[in-house]
Amino acid sequence: MKTWAKVLSVVLLVYIIVAGFLLDVPRLNIVNESIRALYFHVPMWFGMIALFTVSLVYSILYLNKPSFKRDAFAVEFVHAGIILNLLGLTTGMIWANYTWGSPWHGDPKQNGAAIALLIYLAYFVLRGSIENEDQKARLSAVYNIFAYAAMIPLLFIIPRMTSSMHPGNGGNPGFNMYDLDSQMRLVFYPAVIGWGLLGTWIATLRVRVRLINDKLLNLEHD
Amino acid sequence: MTKIIRLVIVLLMLPVILNAQSVEMADTMRSEGKIYVVVAILLLIFAGLIGYLIMLDRKISKIEKKLPPEG
Repeated sequence: MKTWAKVLSVVLLVYIIVAGFLLDVPRLNIVNESIRALYFHVPMWFGMIALFTVSLVYSILYLNKPSFKRDAFAVEFVHAGIILNLLGLTTGMIWANYTWGSPWHGDPKQNGAAIALLIYLAYFVLRGSIENEDQKARLSAVYNIFAYAAMIPLLFIIPRMTSSMHPGNGGNPGFNMYDLDSQMRLVFYPAVIGWGLLGTWIATLRVRVRLINDKLLNLEHD
Repeated sequence: MTKIIRLVIVLLMLPVILNAQSVEMADTMRSEGKIYVVVAILLLIFAGLIGYLIMLDRKISKIEKKLPPEG
């Protein structure tokens, strides 16, 4: 990951912490000031999807032409994506507790996110259960594509077909997100980029450790 | 020459500026329900975490340099 991207991530996130708390937000009943959680909770999900998408691309690339590096990228981006998923679920539970009335509301999107988490955790179960390194990489690459294909409907289609308390869901598949207050957009979009880049940074660090590990193993064999 | 004049003006104004500060008080951190304090705390935590991440990044870079190229 290029240095400018790391710097951009830090600059954006500093801006988000300051602007996210100090800029004006719409005064709405029930949510009150908790509307500011949008700057922190929602980017976890956007970041997760970005990281899983990168992982998906590397899995497809791996199946096209196997290499240790491509497998390393696929694994570690799933790993970092799962961290963001857990943070998204837990922050959502705090937010739901005070706006919907209970931490686990059985909201379709909430359930879908939890199922997506289980599907991606099974990716590591699969990897852990195969001894042969090439087989491990190939089978988990295939599974990763399946996992992505399962995650998308769980998060974006099913919540829109049933009633969901998440904004922009429940019967209306429209772009309700774009109804966002224009002042909030000034913080929300940078937040998505900032948190996404931070997740990518952490993922690339893990990729580098994995590559170093592989090099050391090869040196031992020589 | 203009610099010296400016300096003299600032020096003459100094008691006024200092006095103004002592009367005005540093209210920024105390206003609006002390939300600025929360922002300061979050910024510090964030700075700490990012500093830690940068240290990790450098450490990994150092190890990468120790490895033989294309080993």
